[in-house]
Amino acid sequence: MAMLEVKDMEVYYGMIQAIKGISFEVNEGEVIALIGANGAGKTTILHTVTGLLSPKRGTVLFEGKDITKIPAHKIVSLGMAHVPEGRRVFAELSVYENLKMGAYTRKDKAEIDATLAMVYERFPRLEERKNQLAGTLSGGEQQMLAMGRALMSHPKIILMDEPSMGLSPILVNQIFDIIEEVSKSGTTVLLVEQNAKKALSIADRAYVLETGTIVLDGDAKALMDDDSIKKAYLGE
Amino acid sequence: MKNPSGRTYAAEGNEKYTGWGNSMSFISYFINGISLGSVYAIIALGYTMVYGIAKMLNFAHGDVIMIGAYVVMASVSGAGLPPFAALLVSVVFCTVLGIVIESVAYRPLLNAASSLAVLITAIGVSYLLQNIALLIFGANTISFASIVPVPALALAGGALTVTGEAIVTIACCIVIMIGLTLFIRKSKAGQAMLAVSEDKGAAQLMGINVNGTIALTFAIGSALAAVAGVLLCSAYPTLTPYTGAMPGIKAFVAAVFGGIGSIPGALIGGILLGVIEIFGKAYISSQMADAIVFGVLIVILLVKPAGILGKNIQEKV
Ligand SMILES: Nc1ncnc2c1ncn2[C@@H]1O[C@H](COP(=O)(O)OP(=O)(O)OP(=O)(O)O)[C@@H](O)[C@H]1O
Ligand SMILES: [Mg+2]
Repeated sequence: MAMLEVKDMEVYYGMIQAIKGISFEVNEGEVIALIGANGAGKTTILHTVTGLLSPKRGTVLFEGKDITKIPAHKIVSLGMAHVPEGRRVFAELSVYENLKMGAYTRKDKAEIDATLAMVYERFPRLEERKNQLAGTLSGGEQQMLAMGRALMSHPKIILMDEPSMGLSPILVNQIFDIIEEVSKSGTTVLLVEQNAKKALSIADRAYVLETGTIVLDGDAKALMDDDSIKKAYLGE
Repeated sequence: MKNPSGRTYAAEGNEKYTGWGNSMSFISYFINGISLGSVYAIIALGYTMVYGIAKMLNFAHGDVIMIGAYVVMASVSGAGLPPFAALLVSVVFCTVLGIVIESVAYRPLLNAASSLAVLITAIGVSYLLQNIALLIFGANTISFASIVPVPALALAGGALTVTGEAIVTIACCIVIMIGLTLFIRKSKAGQAMLAVSEDKGAAQLMGINVNGTIALTFAIGSALAAVAGVLLCSAYPTLTPYTGAMPGIKAFVAAVFGGIGSIPGALIGGILLGVIEIFGKAYISSQMADAIVFGVLIVILLVKPAGILGKNIQEKV
């Protein structure tokens, strides 16, 4: 059984159909990349999976359970975390307070502290700046905070929406290294990216999205050698 | 000169006897202004918190004050409750009222395309509350017996008297400000409020129930309105179904003064407004006082459009 399974999902904004009946699945332990151009519908899919949007048709199954109608605020405690597009850290809260927000649904203080120590270990920069207001962090630091905040819920699966957006090449590499580490530590990853080259290089499998439809999917390494992918997404 | 507060202050009677009567009456007006300003600040908190978190102007907030005062009046003179118990009843009543207003009138419009729909609904709720009070209690002015048990304090050898109402009002304001600030900075629910005020979507991803948080905000604001209503009517002892309207508008002005969405802004705005109003009444003209208050608001907003402590309207993209 797949950990996350999306079946025949259709999503509308008013009259406009953004997602035109897509299906995909993510198995436990995998890194899955969802790639596509601007406006293809990647963010819409993630928002629908975590309940910020509701689909007109189709279902979302998480660990076999139908979560299509579960409100967004009840998703995280099931074990699904979402690093939203544009980071969306709480600018008026400190780094530490943002991380605490990530553990909002958890009760056990000792476990939260252990996760916090793990996040600080993975992102030493966040510990250095724990009392700084999140709004004053650099873009890269905010991305780290958004990822750290998601990890604070101790998720089984983490959904990331364009974590490399707007970052310098060095930082992009750093962020992708961290994603790989997160994956190695046992968290399943669904990664949305426009940086197809980097995404495919760390993914197990990938789905290619074009205007609300999945046009290609398969093994990430194989897709990297696919001529149409090379031309459209890898700039070769 | 007529006493602007409608209460008697010893300072005025003493003006002829002491050489420093003028400065005594100045201080007396000042304390009076701070006391009135404290009431505005407590009401302004309700506006500012609801605006900060739900991004809406709850124009019915002023009328919750009036309802709170009627509930106290009815509990004391109708049910014979002691003052403190009556206050408690009023706070509970208004808290529930706030939650009901939010869930029945505003929540269905939360995602409405136009924020005007919410604004118009709020005005409708305001008239509804006034008319309910009109139906139950009639249009006659009721004299409201002060429920403040603290006696007046004579200072400077009797040259300056501070009423018990003023002392209690200022003390309440200080306690509420400190309590609320601690609640928001230190408690989990308070942090959730901050998160919701910044980004509802991201707050939901953290597991925060946004509707619940908005309801909590209304509950707190309405509970504070009940307290403000009792303090206001204890200091200015008349009550009609329209008692809440003007203080409500002024407290809204105070919230805008200070920077809407900001809790210290509500305090500064409220106090400033109260002091300007009392000084305006005392030294310029009691008819003109409100015009002066709103004039100062216009000037402040011209200089600083976001209010004294307000953030720049421009949002980061
Ligand atoms: N709130 C909205 N209202 C109306 N249309 C929307 C809304 N959000 C997105 N869309 C439309 O839905 C389509 C998919 O948008 P989405 O944000 O999911 O794309 P994306 O693949 O994430 O793009 P990007 O790579 O630029 O982030 C686009 O055509 C977009 O214009
Ligand atoms: Mg997107």
